[in-house]
Formats: sequence, C-alpha cells, structure tokens
Amino acid sequence: MQRASVSDRTARRARRRGVLYAYRALLLVAVFLLWYALTELAVLPGFFFGRPLVVLQRVWEWFSSGKIYPHLGVTLIETVLAFVIGTLLGVAVGLWLGLNPLAAALLDPYIKAANAMPRVILAPIFAVWFGLGIASKVALGITLVFFIVFFNVFQGVREVSPVVVSSVRMLGASRRQLLRHVYLPSATSWVFSSLHTSVGMAFVGAVVGEYLGSAAGVGYLILQAEGTFDINTVFAGILVLTGFALLLDAVVSATESRLLTWRPRAAAEETL
Amino acid sequence: MRRVDAAPMLALDAVTVIWPGRKAGAPGYCAVKDVTFAVEPGEFLSLVGPTGCGKSTLLNVAAGLLPPSSGAVLVGGERLSGINRRAGYLFQADALMPWRSARENVEAGLLFAGAERAEARERAERWLRRVGLGGFGDRYPHQLSGGMRKRVALAQTLILEPHILLMDEPFGALDVQTRHLMENELLELWSAECPSVIFITHDLEEAISLSDRVILLSAGPATRPIGEFRIDLPRPRDVAEIRLTPRFLQVHGEIWRAMRAEVLKAYAASQRLG
Repeated sequence: MQRASVSDRTARRARRRGVLYAYRALLLVAVFLLWYALTELAVLPGFFFGRPLVVLQRVWEWFSSGKIYPHLGVTLIETVLAFVIGTLLGVAVGLWLGLNPLAAALLDPYIKAANAMPRVILAPIFAVWFGLGIASKVALGITLVFFIVFFNVFQGVREVSPVVVSSVRMLGASRRQLLRHVYLPSATSWVFSSLHTSVGMAFVGAVVGEYLGSAAGVGYLILQAEGTFDINTVFAGILVLTGFALLLDAVVSATESRLLTWRPRAAAEETL
Repeated sequence: MRRVDAAPMLALDAVTVIWPGRKAGAPGYCAVKDVTFAVEPGEFLSLVGPTGCGKSTLLNVAAGLLPPSSGAVLVGGERLSGINRRAGYLFQADALMPWRSARENVEAGLLFAGAERAEARERAERWLRRVGLGGFGDRYPHQLSGGMRKRVALAQTLILEPHILLMDEPFGALDVQTRHLMENELLELWSAECPSVIFITHDLEEAISLSDRVILLSAGPATRPIGEFRIDLPRPRDVAEIRLTPRFLQVHGEIWRAMRAEVLKAYAASQRLG
C-alpha cells in the first residue's frame, strides 16, 4: 500500500519534471521564432540583429566541417590551465594567510586593492608580456580565478571548527598532519562551493583575452567576424560559447557530487 | 582492579586561569582559582558545578590545550607541558571530522601515530563493533544519529588506549533513553579498559550514578572545589536502576544540600549583575 503510493509519487514527480523540460524547450523555440519573425518581417534590421536560420547554419557548418574544433580546443586549454593554476595558487596562498594572522594583517589592504581592480584592464599588459598566444589568456584567467578561490579558502581555514582542531590535536596529530587532515579538506570543501564561479571566470578570462588580441580560439572567431561586420557569425560564436559554458558547468556538477559525498545533500539539489 | 602506582594519574596543583581583559590594564576574568585535585589510576571522578562555572576550562587545562595562568598539571608525577599525550578527550560538541567516514575517523589517531593502514583499519573495525556500530564504518557523520556519532567519538578516543579519559558533558545533547544506554556502555568500556576518568557534568544524578568520587565546584567567577564526596554504591551498576535505590537517594540528598547553597549564591550573583 505504502510502497504503491511512494512509487506513485515518484512517477508523478517524473511526469511533472518531463512537463517542465517540455516547457523549457518550448520557451527556447519561441524566442528563436520571435527572433526569426522580427528579422524576416524587417521590424528589426537583419544587418544588426542577424538571421537565426543563417546563424544556425553557420554553427552547423562549423561542426560538420570540423573547423570549430581547433578553436574550441584552444579555448578549452586556456580555461583549464587558468582554472588549475589559479586554484592551486589560491589554495596555497589562502592556507598560508589563513594560518598566519600576522601576514594576513600585513597584506590585507593590498589584496583588497588587487581584488577591487577591474582585471580585464590587465589584458593588454599580459599581451605585451606573454605575447598573443595561450599564455596571456591563461594569465588573465588566473587573476580572475585566484581571488575567488583565495577568499573562499581563507574563509574556510578561519571557520574550521575549533572543537575539531582540538580533538584532532588530542588524537596526536602533528602540525603537518593537522594541515593535511583538517585544514586542507575543510578548505577543499570551500573551493568546491566556489567551483562553478571559478570555472566560469576562467572561461571569461580565456574568451576576453582572445577577443582583445589572439590568433586562435572562439573569441578570435568572433573578433574576426566583427571586423567584417558578419553579425551572423558573431551570433553563432556566442551560441557556441554558451553551449560550451553549459557543458563545462555540467562537468563541474558531476565532479562535485562525486567528490563531496561526505556532505549533506539538501543544498546541492536546487536548480538555480 | 586498580593499577597500583605511587603518584596519582593526573593532578592539578593550585591551577588558576585568568582570561585577559578587553583593554590593556583592565582586570582579567578569573575563570578558575587555586584548584587542586587529583585522580587516581582507574578512578572515575566527576566534576559537578553550575553552568558556566569554568568546568570545561579545567578540562582543557588537564588536556594541555590551555596552559594555566599559574599552577601546574602533573601527569604521573611529571609536570605537563604541551598536549597531554596520555589523555583522550571526549568533547561536548561534535568533534568528528565530517569529511571522513566513521571508520576513517576511528582509525585517525592510529595513523597519526604511524600505524600500518591495514592494521589500523582492522582495529578500527573491531572498535566500531565494540561500540555497536559494526557495518556502519562507511557512513559519514552527517548520516549518523547524535548517539551514533558519540559512539564513534568514544571508539576514536579509546582506540588509542588513553590512561586518562577526559569527558566534557559528552551526553548532554542526547535524549534520556539514549543517554542511559550510553552511560551504561561507558561504564562497561571503562571497567574493561580501566582508564582514569574525569567526567564533567551539571547533572548531579548522572555524576553519582557513574562515579567513584564527585567533586563539587563553586559558581563562577573564580571557581574552586567546595566539596568532595566518595560514592560507595556497588558496581557493576545500571545507571537507570541505581537511581531508585535508597542509598543513591541518601547520597543524592546529602550532596544536593551542599550544592543548593552554591546554586542560590550563583543565582543571587546573577541577579546583582543583571
């Protein structure tokens, strides 16, 4: 009896979710149709707003000819490098300053200043320092990722439960073991809570870097198309970037739920 | 049963703890003053006092987590500096590492000391079975109930075979039934392992039903021992049943009369401050 009602409920929930997905797809189609109608009827000038059919065709051409893959690959490498290096630096500095109140007090105003500065401005400087290749984009991405991870780890170290620290000390842990078995895992959980933001920022760093000067990458494709007033290709590039960002986010979610099994689930299940 | 030893297992000698005042030069807050007591090998000692009287402070001093402002802690006759390596500590709040499973929590101490992984794992499994959690080793703390977490903490501490077990109201957050269950299990483990125990509580009945000796502490500030009572109830005990015996009620009445004056004093002091 009870089992039947439970399976009933799951079935109902699954159906409700199916309906939700259907409506979401419908909304996307509606937006494209509106876009199509407005540009076909010349309410909006196609020269500035593009034509959805041409945009979709361009995307299709990119993928069927395989022309887009090297560019996506470059953007992906830049994103991953910026994310990994920025995270490692953020964790290291966050742990160091979190455990050294004196150093933290000394550096506090400079860190705040560096974080407040709009870092996109650094892109031209990085281009001069590291050239137009991958390195300058990675550097820009790092400056964006570093601060997010740093602040989270710093906070994480300071908010480790003092009872857990005392308890682990009583169990005979040395200073190094305390760092390895208490502070690091605690900081890691904070890094994961900022994972979505920091991967997103690494991606922003890569694309903005490409857009401001490069020889490859999706940002470069968009820059080229803009140079020739090819608005359809610009929109196609934006579409590809959006899809790519969603894919990255899905990968992050999957990794997160695998690595944080020790955490209570409740908060992780929200949609937004 | 008792280990015979010349020096007491743990002794506090004229321990005073003063928390520094907020401003430089302001008088500090004196949490405990001139506290002297000792616990013998294998003895179960309870410290009872009103809430906020500095009981936990005393335990932290005994654990070596907090150096006293003056006075000394002697472990087996030797002056303690740094962490008390012969003591295990069971905290009032949850102290398990949330990112480690129950088994990984229990084996932690062995691994810190450099034990082999396989051996540590096997001993942890054995201890989990001893506290009634065989088969729960892979659960994370958030997947366990409050009582189960306390059992894991108990196994985590006892696996290191401490000579001294420091307990800070460990069962305070549990419901009465679970609490009695845990107290009986604690007594069983204690009689098997025979550590000296310093058990802190504000619950006089709990203290009497568990202990060999009860020390009453005065209300803060400047907490100090104000009475000492030997509990001669027979062992082994069942903590729920022993509360109904006439001898228990007699001992309880005696201690309660001594404590009531202190409780009233603490109440009066809080009224004056308020």
